[in-house]
Amino acid sequence: MTVSEQGLIAGDSGQAGGPGKFVLPEYMKPRDGNHPPLGFPGYKSTALRHPKQPLVLLPQRLTEVTGPLLGDDLISMQDADLTTQHAGEPQGQRIIVVGRVLDSGGKPVPDTLIEIWQTNAAGRYRHTREHHPAPLDPNFTGVGRVITDQGGGYRFITIQPGSYPWGNHYNAWRPAHIHMSLFGRAFTQRLVTQMYFPGDPLLPIDPIYNSVPDEKARARMVAEFSIEDTQPEWALAYRFDIVLRGSEQSVFEEPHSE
Amino acid sequence: MSELLTPSQTVGPYFAMRLPWPEGPFVVPAGTPGASTIIGRLYDGVGDPIPDGMIETWQADQNGRFAHPADPRGPVVDGDKAFRGFGRAQTTRDGSFTIVTVKPGPLPFGDGRTEAPHIDVSVFARGMLDRSVTRIYFPDEPEANEADPVLAAVPAARRPTLIAVPYDDGLLRFDIHMQGDNETVFFDL
Repeated sequence: MTVSEQGLIAGDSGQAGGPGKFVLPEYMKPRDGNHPPLGFPGYKSTALRHPKQPLVLLPQRLTEVTGPLLGDDLISMQDADLTTQHAGEPQGQRIIVVGRVLDSGGKPVPDTLIEIWQTNAAGRYRHTREHHPAPLDPNFTGVGRVITDQGGGYRFITIQPGSYPWGNHYNAWRPAHIHMSLFGRAFTQRLVTQMYFPGDPLLPIDPIYNSVPDEKARARMVAEFSIEDTQPEWALAYRFDIVLRGSEQSVFEEPHSE
Repeated sequence: MSELLTPSQTVGPYFAMRLPWPEGPFVVPAGTPGASTIIGRLYDGVGDPIPDGMIETWQADQNGRFAHPADPRGPVVDGDKAFRGFGRAQTTRDGSFTIVTVKPGPLPFGDGRTEAPHIDVSVFARGMLDRSVTRIYFPDEPEANEADPVLAAVPAARRPTLIAVPYDDGLLRFDIHMQGDNETVFFDL
């Protein structure tokens, strides 16, 4: 019997511990050092934007173990190829970003929305508040979205993003990165991260990348070059698996499945 | 196992290129009977509005149900098909945001107690390396709020930061203060 079925029986019949009693999946807490602290002096903008009072423990109950399942009904437009959104081809190195979304138990996370945004090849975002004097590319917007397949797999085609200066400190430059936003299947699993590129000389001195205390955790934000996924005569490929918090219990099963 | 998680990073200043969409703030379509509009402002530690933030909300429907396989009470029958449960709004120049929704029903806590109607909230912005999580409770539910097991774990003096306040024209107001004397209660989820 799955946990969902136990819960259903308990909730409906009240025979497994009384009316209104049920068991829900429990998503494991991240390890210390896996996520950045909310206040991080090296990234100056955190100073006035992080809670100072102690956080209050929020038990994972119905609102936390459920979450938006954004699919065709809400965000319908899939846009996995950022190089074909305009009349012409964008400038820059064409790349494929391919990977899987998994939970920490190694289980694929299917049907989950990934939203991405990034600079063009010159390191310029297409945004009204962006003032970096690098050229815009009329053929590149820098946004995409895909929904993972049944194996948790996803694939984008895009352009290698550039580095750009930012005002955090003297001569501060961000390593090239692609922003990624994920939902998983529960409010508890929500994640926004950045994918970096192997060998980027700016990684060791970037405060945002280095805000993650654990070195191995940091390394999990760096994609791997993949010659296997590289398409001959066409595009380089990077492999990037994304791991969300998982639960040991069968949260993904339909309550009524046999 | 859990040591393999991908770390969180900030949304940065340019998330608005991708994340907002026109219907994002509408948890229910405009004009839904019984809909309430929640407005608020997001403030930083010196009381300045945060003009480049994003608020996401997630909640049960008016009957306290979730159309989601993890809800052990089974599928939602005869639910409002237009109900999305999810809202996303970016803050404007003055830090303000708007969410159009309905008050969710109360929820069984799983141990015989009941959670008062509430909305889970994620706050994102440049300068936030991870989201901050809070909750919106409703001012017309004093008894349910009093009995709510999550509110009960919050120091009494800080509970009001989690309860929306009535505002002009039947609106509800929920300001979010990242720091300061009125720092909103944020949760460790």
